Amino acid sequence: MADSHHILWQQAVVDAVSDVAENIRRIVLRPERPCAIRPGEHVDVRTTIEGEQHVRSYSVVNAADDGTHLALSVFRTPTSRGGSVFMHSLQPGQSLEITQSMQNFPLRIGAPSYVLLAGGIGITAIAGMAALLRRLGADYRLVYVARSRDAMAYLDDLAAMHGDRFEAHIDAEGVSLDVRALVGSAPEDAEFYMCGPIRLMDAVRRAWTERELEPTNLRYETFGNSGWYEAEPFTVRIPRLGVETHVGSDESVLEALERDGVDMMSDCRKGECGLCQVKVLELAGRIDHRDVFYSDRQKEPNTKMCCCVSRVVAAEPGTDPTPRPTILTIDVP
Amino acid sequence: MTVSATKTTSTAKLLPSPLNAWFVAGWDHEISAKGILARTIAGRPLALYRTGDGRAVALADACWHRLAPLSQGKLVGRDEIQCPYHGLRYNAAGRCTSMPAQETLNPSATVPSFPVVERYRYVWVWLGDPTKADPGLVPDMHQLDSPEWAGDGETIHAPCNYQLVLDNLMDLTHEEFVHSSSIGQEELSESEFEVTHDESSVTVTRWMRNIDAPPFWLKNMRDKFPDFEGKVDRWQIIHYYFPSTICIDVGVAEAGTGAPEGDRSRGVNGYVMNTITPETERSCHYFWAFMRNYRLESQLITTQLRNGVHGVFGEDEAMLLAQQAAIDANPDYEFYNLNIDMGGMWVRRLLERALEAEGRLAALPGS
Ligand SMILES: Cc1cc2nc3c(=O)[nH]c(=O)nc-3n(C[C@H](O)[C@H](O)[C@H](O)COP(=O)(O)OP(=O)(O)OC[C@H]3O[C@@H](n4cnc5c(N)ncnc54)[C@H](O)[C@@H]3O)c2cc1C
Ligand code: FES
Ligand code: FES
Ligand SMILES: [Fe+2]
Repeated sequence: MADSHHILWQQAVVDAVSDVAENIRRIVLRPERPCAIRPGEHVDVRTTIEGEQHVRSYSVVNAADDGTHLALSVFRTPTSRGGSVFMHSLQPGQSLEITQSMQNFPLRIGAPSYVLLAGGIGITAIAGMAALLRRLGADYRLVYVARSRDAMAYLDDLAAMHGDRFEAHIDAEGVSLDVRALVGSAPEDAEFYMCGPIRLMDAVRRAWTERELEPTNLRYETFGNSGWYEAEPFTVRIPRLGVETHVGSDESVLEALERDGVDMMSDCRKGECGLCQVKVLELAGRIDHRDVFYSDRQKEPNTKMCCCVSRVVAAEPGTDPTPRPTILTIDVP
Repeated sequence: MTVSATKTTSTAKLLPSPLNAWFVAGWDHEISAKGILARTIAGRPLALYRTGDGRAVALADACWHRLAPLSQGKLVGRDEIQCPYHGLRYNAAGRCTSMPAQETLNPSATVPSFPVVERYRYVWVWLGDPTKADPGLVPDMHQLDSPEWAGDGETIHAPCNYQLVLDNLMDLTHEEFVHSSSIGQEELSESEFEVTHDESSVTVTRWMRNIDAPPFWLKNMRDKFPDFEGKVDRWQIIHYYFPSTICIDVGVAEAGTGAPEGDRSRGVNGYVMNTITPETERSCHYFWAFMRNYRLESQLITTQLRNGVHGVFGEDEAMLLAQQAAIDANPDYEFYNLNIDMGGMWVRRLLERALEAEGRLAALPGS
C-alpha cells in the first residue's frame, strides 16, 4: 500500500485560473469533499478529449490547510491531443471530476538534510515540499532548472520565499545545471527528491549510483511524458497478429495499439511497473527508452521496451525518415 | 432517546481516537530485533520491530504490492523487513529496497513508516500528521523508569472502546462496588472531590480523612511500618494527560500526620500508571503498572503489588466487557451523566476538541 492511494472520484468547481508562465496555467479548484493534502500528492482528472473521457494526473502545487482549495499548474504540451488543452480551457465556475488526492511521492519528515530538484513543470510536485521544509526549519536546498526564464512557473515567488536555499539554472542564460556537481555536493545522508524530464532524472540517477549513495534516499516521480528525443511519428508492426499501425507523435505505442483493437496489458502508463513491456523483434530506427523500469543494462540491447512511454525515432533523429521509414516490429504478451 | 441530541449534549458511546497524538504501541521489551510484533493501533495494523542498532520501527502492516501482512515476514539485513509473499524488502523508512525479478525499483514502492519515540519503558507511535509529531507531547509517565520508584505492570486487552476505560479511571467511586474486597470502602463515594483542567490535562483530587485503611492499603502500610495500627488519611489524585494516559497518585498516611498539607513521611505512596491505546472501535490495549516510592529493594513487594493490581483490574475488565456488551445490545439508549462523571466529562471534552481540530468529529456516533 502507498500512503493514500484510494481512488475516490468527486466533483470540483474551478475557483480561479491564471497564467503563471509561458504555456503554464494555474487552476484553483474547490473540491466537493475537501481533505488535508500533503506535499507530493496529485489528483487524477477526467478530461474530455474529442468527446472521449481520458484520465490525466496533476500534482497539487499548494492547497488550503483544510483542503477546501487546491491549486494545479498545467503545462500545455506542444503535442497534446487535448488533455492539457482541456485543462487550459477551464473557466471559473465550471465543474469537473477529480479524485481525492493520492500519494505516490511522500516526503519523509526528519531527514538530516534535503536536496530538492525540479525540472520545468516538475516544480509542481516539488514546490509544496520546499514550503513545508521551510516551515519545519529543515536543512534543505531547492534547485529549479528550465530552458528559459519565461517557462518557469513561480520563479519569483520561490526565490523570495526560499532566499539562500534557492537556486535557478536557466539554459538560455548560460547557467545550466552541473548534475554531477549537484549530486557531488549533497551531504552523505541527504535525501534527494526530484521531478522533471527523464533526461535530467537519468543523469541524477547515474551520478547517484556512481557516488554509491544510499539508493533509497533518491526519491523521484515521473510524469511519464518526456524522452531523450522529440517525439516523431513511426510505424509499429506485430507480425503474429497481422497488425500494422501508425504511431503519431502525440500518442504512445500503447495507445496506438489499443486504438487498433490489440488487447494490451498496462497499469501505471508512466514507465514504472513494466506491465506493458513488449518484445522487440526488429528495429528500423532507434529506441527512445523513457521508462524507469529497465536498468541501463537491460535497455542497451534494445530487445524489450515499455510501450506506454518508450518510442522510436529515426536512426538519425531529426532528419527526414522518408528514405528509410522508422519501423518498430514487436511481439506482445 | 431523543433525535434532537446534539454533539455537545450527547455523551459518545463509541469515541473515535484522535490521530495527532502519541499512543503506546508496546512495552520496550515487546518490540525486538528478533521478531516482528503485529499490533493494531487506532484502527491501523502495524508491524513493529527494531533495527540492528536497536531503533524501534513502526510500519503499516500491509505490503505495497498485494497488501500481505509484513508482520508475517522476516527481518533481514541491518534494518529491513521482507514481505512473506513475494519477497519485497523495505527499510525502516518504509522504502522498498529490493523487488523480485527486476533490476530497478518502482519509485512509488513504499509503505508508511510512522514516527516512533521510546520513553518511560514504552514505544510510542504517532499515526497522524508527521509534521506535528513532537516528542515533547509524550505524556509524563516518568515514575516508570525513575530510580526513585520501583514496580512493574502488565497489559490488558480490554474488549471495549478506550473511552470506557478512561471513564473508569477518572471516577474511582466504582471501587466501593467493583473492588469491595481490596480497595473499596464507602467513604469513597461519600467524600468530596475537586476537578481542575487545562488544555491537555485533567486532575481529580479526593482526600478521605481519618478512615480505616482497606486491606490493600493496610498491607502496604505494614510493609513500610510493620507495627502500624489505627486510622489513615487516604488520597487519590487522578492525573489525565491527553490523549489517554492516566497516572493516579494514591496512598495512605497515618491520620493527622499532615499528609493533606504535604508531609507524606508517615505514609506510603504509589502511582497507578495507565495508558490506553485504542485498537478498534470496540477494543483497546490497556498498559498499566503500579509504582511505589518505598522499599525499592524488595522484588517480593513488586511482585505482590503487581499481582494484587492484576486481580483488581481483572474486576474492571469484567465490568468493561459487560458494559460494552450492554451498550451494543441497546443501541437506542443513551448515556446519562452523574456528578461523579465530572473528570471523565472533561476528558471527553478535550478528546472531542482534538477530534474536531482533525475534522473527525463528524464520525461521532449518536449525532
Ligand atoms: C503523477 C503525475 C503528476 C503530474 N503532474 C503534472 C503537473 O503538475 N502539471 C503538468 O502539466 N503535468 C503533469 N503531469 C503530466 C500530465 O498528466 C499529462 O501527461 C500532460 O498534461 C500531457 O497530457 P495531455 O493530455 O495534454 O497530452 P496528450 O497528448 O493528450 O496525452 C498525453 C498522453 O499521451 C502520452 N504521450 C503524449 N505525447 C507522447 C509522446 N511524445 N511520447 C509518448 N507518449 C506520449 C502521455 O504519456 C499521455 O499518456 C503529471 C503526470 C503524472 C503521472
Ligand atoms: S504501464 Fe507501467 S510501465 Fe508501462
Ligand atoms: S504482497 Fe508483498 S511482495 Fe507481494
Ligand atoms: Fe477499577
